[in-house]
Amino acid sequence: METIETTEQLTHFVRNQAQVRVRAGGTKPATSGNANVSLVNLSGVIEYESSEFTITVRAGTPLAEIENLLAEQRQYLPFDPPLARAGATIGGTVATGLSGSGRFRYGGVRDFLLGVRFVTGEGQLVQLGSKVVKNAAGFDFPKLMVGGLGRFGIMTELTLKVFPAPEATRTVVLENDNQSDALETMLQLAASQLDLTCLDLDDTNRIRARVAGSDSALLDRVARLQQFSNIANKVIEGEEELALWQAVGEFQWVPAGYRLVKVALAPEQIPPLISDLTPGALRICAGGHLGWIAWPQERPGEELDRVLAQHCCPGLAITGDWHSPLIGEHQGSAFARRLTLALDPESKFTNPQPVV
Amino acid sequence: MHEVSKTSIVSVCKLGSRTPRPSGLHTFEPPSHFWVDAVEIPAASASTPSDLSRLAPLVDQLRQRFPTDRLLTQPAQLAPYESDGLTAFRVHPGGVVLVQDASEVVTVVRLCHEHGVPFVARGSGTSLSGGSLPVAGGLVIALNRMNRVLDYQPRSQTIVVEPGVVNQQVSRHVAQDGLYYAPDPSSGPVCTIGGNVAFNSGGAHCLKYGMTANHVLGIKAVFPDGELVELGGRSHETAGADLAGMFVGSEGLFGIALEIVLRLLPLPERFHTVLAAYDSLEKAGDAVASVVASGLLPGAMEIMDKLAIEASEQAVHAGYPTGAAAALIVELEGPEEEVAAEIPRLDAIMQASGAYELRVAKSAADRMNIWKGRKGAFSAVGRLSPDYIVQDGVVPRSRLGEALAEVQRLSARYGLRVANVFHAGDGNLHPLILYDGRIEGQLHQAELLAGEILRMCIRLGGSITGEHGVGVEKLEFLPEMYGEAEMELMNRVRQTIDPQELANRGKLLLSASDVGKQSHAPHPLESAGVISRA
Repeated sequence: METIETTEQLTHFVRNQAQVRVRAGGTKPATSGNANVSLVNLSGVIEYESSEFTITVRAGTPLAEIENLLAEQRQYLPFDPPLARAGATIGGTVATGLSGSGRFRYGGVRDFLLGVRFVTGEGQLVQLGSKVVKNAAGFDFPKLMVGGLGRFGIMTELTLKVFPAPEATRTVVLENDNQSDALETMLQLAASQLDLTCLDLDDTNRIRARVAGSDSALLDRVARLQQFSNIANKVIEGEEELALWQAVGEFQWVPAGYRLVKVALAPEQIPPLISDLTPGALRICAGGHLGWIAWPQERPGEELDRVLAQHCCPGLAITGDWHSPLIGEHQGSAFARRLTLALDPESKFTNPQPVV
Repeated sequence: MHEVSKTSIVSVCKLGSRTPRPSGLHTFEPPSHFWVDAVEIPAASASTPSDLSRLAPLVDQLRQRFPTDRLLTQPAQLAPYESDGLTAFRVHPGGVVLVQDASEVVTVVRLCHEHGVPFVARGSGTSLSGGSLPVAGGLVIALNRMNRVLDYQPRSQTIVVEPGVVNQQVSRHVAQDGLYYAPDPSSGPVCTIGGNVAFNSGGAHCLKYGMTANHVLGIKAVFPDGELVELGGRSHETAGADLAGMFVGSEGLFGIALEIVLRLLPLPERFHTVLAAYDSLEKAGDAVASVVASGLLPGAMEIMDKLAIEASEQAVHAGYPTGAAAALIVELEGPEEEVAAEIPRLDAIMQASGAYELRVAKSAADRMNIWKGRKGAFSAVGRLSPDYIVQDGVVPRSRLGEALAEVQRLSARYGLRVANVFHAGDGNLHPLILYDGRIEGQLHQAELLAGEILRMCIRLGGSITGEHGVGVEKLEFLPEMYGEAEMELMNRVRQTIDPQELANRGKLLLSASDVGKQSHAPHPLESAGVISRA
């Protein structure tokens, strides 16, 4: 694997290779297993304008570095990118399209990427989108880069929208007796006006609802959340709360010997999916729209692929060995194929894997 | 038949949108005086002569499938479709077909492709960038009748709509469940979701909630060659490339959206809307900077200048502070307790900001009234001037003051009044350039001024459009915002999807054959009398 240091080296590399597969932090090995170039040294913050709510960084910049810098100005990435502790980079986060539990309130990584600089399959460096928070000029290439797995271009720089960080947070853990009660409670909370930041449901029917905002309003809001659901609960705060969400974001719940897979869900798909997923485990985030599946190593990946396809769910393998990281049902191959023709006519980014 | 340029649309399209129709108009009915001065352009004037020879056999085919009341070919029937919100440009379409469902759209697109006839999809025609301007000799596919809600899942907070559904109808449809659809362009009572998707429309809440693209989860579309494609789905999350996101804002060049899945949000429990009056624009701008620096994240922050306030007040009587140099609207929203905690913080900022008058909306009706004043500002400016251009550009928020000073300087230099209405929270300017089209040369001056504002936006590191799109209006400026490589890439993407350039030709991108031939000469079709100005 070649580690490139500059954008020029990357364009040169792309022009001279038949296949280009990128990695950086290596925290999502199912998506970067066959990489031949590392962007880990293409790192650093280029521009941070806290008053603009924007930050421009090189693709290989670790999330942790960005989050620390933002925290100094009391700002944060609301889409809550996972695996920051493990060493994930912003480029890898965008390329895999990963958002964490915090995506519930303000949306996912797709909603916070404003601009990208990337290298096309012909080794051309282009800059699309913009560095301002609102822009409707030209095709929305930044969106295409989200979850694109480097199949449409290799990102070198990204501009993201950031938000002011809440003053304070609390988490209420709600214990439900059974799965259908838990789902019902979660959906009611999701549609409520409680303005939750995170809304997760684990495979033991436990809901974690996070409240964030002004310090002086927080206790009242927590009390209302407790009343709203009216079931056994526990309020978690301080270091314990931070540790809880950090563990969620690092997928510490995934047992040894299991592979991690992300799945995009509509809440009504959850009950039938859960019953077909055994012996895998499903954790639900974002009020029922984002699922994380732990799938046993010893079970064939094709089996999960088939289950997700049956339920019309698109999935993305994060860890472990897979034939392709994209499993389940993915729409839009006709569009993806045409875009590849324009962006990567020699299919350097998709060989040997098929597009979508 | 007019002499027609042999080349297709070339280079410079003129800037300038004149006098959008008043909002609240639910069908396109141009004012009666509108056509008086119009130069009648024969329907036979086409962007390419070959388009014309192709049209007749297409119309023959369509006649077999559509009743006469849904296939319009008579000049009088076509007149309402000659223009959109960018009324400075008008083109006679070859025909208009009023489709009723997705299968009809697919049929029409396939026939257009087969016959090589360009087509333009159209909703309510509110585009301020000429996004639905017809192609001469081409077909307009009118989507207003496709206005059904196909599926609504309140528990999943998603709704599936046809493209002709009106923006505000979505929020009305879901209000009973305490939900709403966030993107709120000023034309919301009229404009359609299909057009919002094509042009990635914005509104007053984009800093916090993003634009249309951020609320579109899935799209079923027909490509310009008739192939059907499904992008995204019903999940708020995506896995794999965000292809639905890539489709949004493609200005019709990727085909026509047939079904659109939208994300819905729970209605905020409480709003706190403040209207502040200032004796200078700078103070209002500084107030916005202070709010941002405080860590508050208001749902909206809007500024109007003196002229805009006066116009709006005359039209809407929302109780705006007439005589003020600037009015600032700041709106907090959220749970009761959270808003209650944020109010003193906002109050302190506003008190310190030098506002000489502060008004807090006392009721939902009062709040709606304040917003009515703001959203009606565009059309209200029509009272101040016979004509005006609505401009749409973005600058980094911290450079708003600089940008406004430059707009004022330009206004003085050109001797034209400019009213300013802007989404201060996201740096999105809407200078309204006032002129009188009856005065020789004034339209041209207004267009030059508008162009200078766009170049300023580029220079300050912003964008030539925050929410209206490039359309016909800003074709000339897109290559100034992006470099050659970026333009080439966009053209290549278009070529792989629509090599014949049938879908919404003349918008966003120049024809491939004309790339590199840009000049500042008048638009050749305009010279040839094919495109005309009202």
